[in-house]
Amino acid sequence: MSLKASEFEFIAQLLKRESAIVLEAGKEYLVELRLGTLAEKEGHSSYHSLILELIKKKDAGLVAKVVDAMTTNETLFFRDLKPYDYLQKHLLPELMARPQQHYELNIWSAACSTGQEPYSIAMLIHQNFPNLVRQWNYQFYATDLSNSCLDYARAAVYNQFEVNRGLPIPYLVRYFAQTQEGWALKEEIKRMFAFQQLNLIKEWGFMPKMDIIFLRNVLIYFDVPTKKEILAKMRQQLKPDGYLFLGSAETPINLDPKFKRVDTDLNVNCYQVLP
Amino acid sequence: MKVLIIDDAITVRIMTQAFLKELGFSEIHIAENGMEALEILGHLGRVDLILVDWNMPLMNGLDFVKEIRKDPQFSEVKIMMMTTENSMDKIVTAMDAGVNEYMMKPFSKDILADKLQIMGIKQ
Repeated sequence: MSLKASEFEFIAQLLKRESAIVLEAGKEYLVELRLGTLAEKEGHSSYHSLILELIKKKDAGLVAKVVDAMTTNETLFFRDLKPYDYLQKHLLPELMARPQQHYELNIWSAACSTGQEPYSIAMLIHQNFPNLVRQWNYQFYATDLSNSCLDYARAAVYNQFEVNRGLPIPYLVRYFAQTQEGWALKEEIKRMFAFQQLNLIKEWGFMPKMDIIFLRNVLIYFDVPTKKEILAKMRQQLKPDGYLFLGSAETPINLDPKFKRVDTDLNVNCYQVLP
Repeated sequence: MKVLIIDDAITVRIMTQAFLKELGFSEIHIAENGMEALEILGHLGRVDLILVDWNMPLMNGLDFVKEIRKDPQFSEVKIMMMTTENSMDKIVTAMDAGVNEYMMKPFSKDILADKLQIMGIKQ
C-alpha cells in the first residue's frame, strides 16, 4: 500500500513545524524511502505503522528521528569548485592583505551535512595558507540540523564514492589515511572546525560575527517568508565586510535587497551586505 | 579538444565515450592497451586529455604514463588514471609517474565531470 495523502500531509506539517522545511507535492517517494528505512530501524513493519505511532503519541524522540531522516542532504567535497577557487585566489588573499588589528578569521558552514563542505574549506586553507593556520586566531564553525549527519562529520571517515567525487587527488593523498573503515580524514584537518547542531529557524545561540558564511543549497527547502527570515539573520551574523556564499542556482536579490552580488570573473554566487 | 581513452574492457570504453559525448566532447580516440595508445599518439601528434586504465595486457597504464611523460611533446598533456586499483600506495605511485588526476572505478558521469573540472578541462 503506498503513502496516503493524509499521511504525506501529516509528515509535511510535522517537518514545517519542526524545521520550516517545505515538503512539496511530488516528494511522496522521498517520504516512503526515508521513513521506510527509519521504520525498519525502529522495528516497525512499515512506514505506515511508524506514522500511526507518531499520530497517536507525542514522542519527541521519534519526532526528532523523523526530522533527521527527512533532512539528511547530499553534499560533496569542493562542490561546484568555483567558490573554492574564488576563496583561494581572491577572497582569502585580499582578506589577509587588509590592515589587521586582531588577525582574526571566522568562517561558518551553515548547513554542513556530513562535513564535506567545511573540510574542503579546511583542506584548502591548510594547504594554501599555512601562515593563517599557524598565526591567526581563527574560529571555524560547522552546523546542521541533523545529529546523524554531525556524527558522521565528526567521525570524518568517508567511503570510496564520497572521496572519488569532487576531491582533487593531491588532497586525498595529503589529508586522508586509508583504514579498514574507509578513508579517514587526518586530525590536523578535523580539528579546524567545531561541529554543533543548529536549527536555522530557531535561536542560534552565541557565535561571533563571521567573515565568511557558506549557506549553499539549503534555502531551496524553505518557503519565501522563511528564506527572508534566515537571510535577515545572516546579515546580522556577518561582519560589515563579510561574505555570504549561496548555491550556484540561488540568489537573495529578490528576497533581501540589502545584499549585493560580489563582482568576480569566476561567476561565483557570493554576496556582501550593502553599507 | 582531443581525448584518448585507453582501456582493455570494451564496456568501459563504450561507457566512458558515452559520458564524454554527453559532456560535449566530440573528438574521442580509443586504444585497448598502452602499446596501441603509443602508436595512436604517434599518428595524432597531440591530444588534450588521456584517460588510462591501469591493468592492461602488452603495456599497462603505469608504464604507459612513464613512457609518455618522457616525450617533451606530451609532458604537459592532462592524464587521468581510471582504475579499480584503490589503495593509497597505488594512487601515490601513479601520481609519482606523472598523472594529474586519479579516478577510482566504478565511476559515474558526475564523478568524471568533476574530475575534468578539477583538471581545468572544458569541452
